[in-house]
Amino acid sequence: MGFKNYILVCGGTGCESSRSDQIYHALIDEAVAQGVADQVQVIKTGCFGFCEQGPIVKILPEDSFYVQVKPEDAKELIAEHVIKGREVTRLLYNKAPHKAYEEVEDIQFYQKQMRIVLRNCGSIDPENIDEYIAAGGYKALEKVLFDMTPDDVINELKTAGLRGRGGAGFPTWMKWNFTKQENNPVKYVVCNADEGDPGAYMDRSTLEGDPHSVLEAMTICGHTVGAHQGFIYIRAEYPLAIHRLEVAMKQAREYGLLGKDILGSGFDYDIEIRLGAGAFVCGEETALLQSIEGHRGMPKPRPPFPASKGLWGKPTVINNVETWANVAQIINNGGEWFASIGTPDSHGTKVFALTGKICNSGLVEVPMGTTLREIVYDIGGGIAHGKKFKAVQTGGPSGGVITEENLDTPIDFGGLQRIGSMMGSGGMIVMDEDDCIVDVAKFYLNFTVDESCGKCAPCRIGGKSLYNILEKITQGKGEENDIKQIEQIAHAMKIGSLCALGQTAPNPVLSTLHYFPEEYKAHIVDKKCPSGKCKKLISYEINPSKCIGCTACSRKCPVGAISGEVKKPHKINGNVCIKCGVCKDTCKFSAIEIH
Amino acid sequence: MAKLSLSDLRSIREREEKNLKKRDIHGRTVHVVVAMGTSGIDAGAKLTLNTIADDVEKLGLDNVIITQTGSAAPNPEPVVEVYMPKTGLVAYGSVDKDAAHRIVEEHLKNGKILEDLRIELVEKEQ
Repeated sequence: MGFKNYILVCGGTGCESSRSDQIYHALIDEAVAQGVADQVQVIKTGCFGFCEQGPIVKILPEDSFYVQVKPEDAKELIAEHVIKGREVTRLLYNKAPHKAYEEVEDIQFYQKQMRIVLRNCGSIDPENIDEYIAAGGYKALEKVLFDMTPDDVINELKTAGLRGRGGAGFPTWMKWNFTKQENNPVKYVVCNADEGDPGAYMDRSTLEGDPHSVLEAMTICGHTVGAHQGFIYIRAEYPLAIHRLEVAMKQAREYGLLGKDILGSGFDYDIEIRLGAGAFVCGEETALLQSIEGHRGMPKPRPPFPASKGLWGKPTVINNVETWANVAQIINNGGEWFASIGTPDSHGTKVFALTGKICNSGLVEVPMGTTLREIVYDIGGGIAHGKKFKAVQTGGPSGGVITEENLDTPIDFGGLQRIGSMMGSGGMIVMDEDDCIVDVAKFYLNFTVDESCGKCAPCRIGGKSLYNILEKITQGKGEENDIKQIEQIAHAMKIGSLCALGQTAPNPVLSTLHYFPEEYKAHIVDKKCPSGKCKKLISYEINPSKCIGCTACSRKCPVGAISGEVKKPHKINGNVCIKCGVCKDTCKFSAIEIH
Repeated sequence: MAKLSLSDLRSIREREEKNLKKRDIHGRTVHVVVAMGTSGIDAGAKLTLNTIADDVEKLGLDNVIITQTGSAAPNPEPVVEVYMPKTGLVAYGSVDKDAAHRIVEEHLKNGKILEDLRIELVEKEQ
């Protein structure tokens, strides 16, 4: 008799950081200890995406979705669920047990999602090549090696209309075709896994959950364009993804799916990993190639484009992780299938990392054309703690904010551009009424200033000058002329910077300025921060009619700024107060107000 | 010389697909629930469960999910519930090894209810 129960434990970085690795081992140990090791198979999978509720454990065939599991729960899961067949209700997501034949209402988080890139994440063991093969893996490679010509492959990608998922949305088939047409015996294939946008972790999860999908696609590309060597450029701060890639590459080599004469086709191809040190600019393709070559990661003017003169001057195809993860599916299911998903402008799906002030943060994959409202409210469950929605930042430090009025814009490459943001790699940071929009713009600018490589003046000097102006505004020293200056500097950076980092760095400022002019005005003219974030512009005061003198705040205040007698209204000494907000969080009577 | 030929890869896929399929519960419409409480096991439910599971695998009925549940007392154990869209929910009592064979062969495979084994489930008194 085969295994009766299959226990899938999430092995993504998010769940591993809350001890899912210990849960995995505890489940195996408990199964042995309770004598049912032959009845259950415990499998560590990639990311389920529902990171808010992690660590996630799913037990099949009952399809029980357990959330926020702890290693200590392993004993009960084995004893109750596996041995007695009773679901452990307290750990279930919907807290209600069901009989196997009863219709399970889908978890809302997953209802509007469509998984192409993340198809195997959360269902197979990424460290076992056999499971990838069983899930249809390397079928596309078979097809490409034996049944398709390189032109067929490019035409299929053209029909599919796949556009680069790294941010700019350049048609993938064109990149491949440029490199294919180059007459050069040495060509390269590169995977850009230098994911650096704040809050973005789509690529990391894809590599952790389904590394072979990237290896297979890169091999397909190598055969199509005539390259025999691939490189994966990944940052050293993704140790788990690197480990899974290394395991996957080793297994692929053992099977001869990488190396000499792949599957007897006569085609030789191998892939190497190159570790980056985490510089944001190295996500820019020319800087990335410089870094692989061993130079300092700095961008170069384009043209020449990497497709004709890339790594070591050779024609190079460079695509982002998510783009690669789509390729095998397009070969297997056909370009027309892919083109039928999404919008006329952008086909297929997009993975977003939904973070910030949202109820269900996590990884979501939706068809292009899904509206932001669906992502934030239907999938994300709305704003956390009942606060009011303010904006969503997409496209990271290169993108912009999307406000309430544009929540119903279908999300695709063109749609986001029209409302002043961009797709970017897929980070989505949700902000609520407590977030100060000037502060947000300052945060992103601080990031790009820090990450600017310094090669060209518009980015190096312009970024810093913009930052200084914002800093001045948040400190209450803003002048009316500042807005005009921001616009001038931003314009110069856009047209004068060498690479996309500098060209797009002003976007968060311009976009927030466009959608929230009154908030900038409040800072500059009224010297007030409406959301109470900018410390120089606010003061904490106690409303004497609400304060009952419980002394809770004065005991918590780290600098002793609050004084008063028991059962009498307290007072805050503005000269001592550091505006940390602890008193406001402590007060149960809403007596502390920000002015 | 290639390490793996095309047919090698395909046979690996075929072999592993079977294992992976067992985890894929989408489209499985037939559910079998065996009551495996202490009283059920005492009455031989473990043998019943294993027999059903073995037969289902032997016959390759891959639309069947087998799960277990707690005690079905005071019903005549071992108790097996079968749910199929065509037949609805049917409960069987005193399911020994032979009865288990028949349930798989006749009900799960051919969709025929075994009237002689059928029972009306009595709810446990609270």
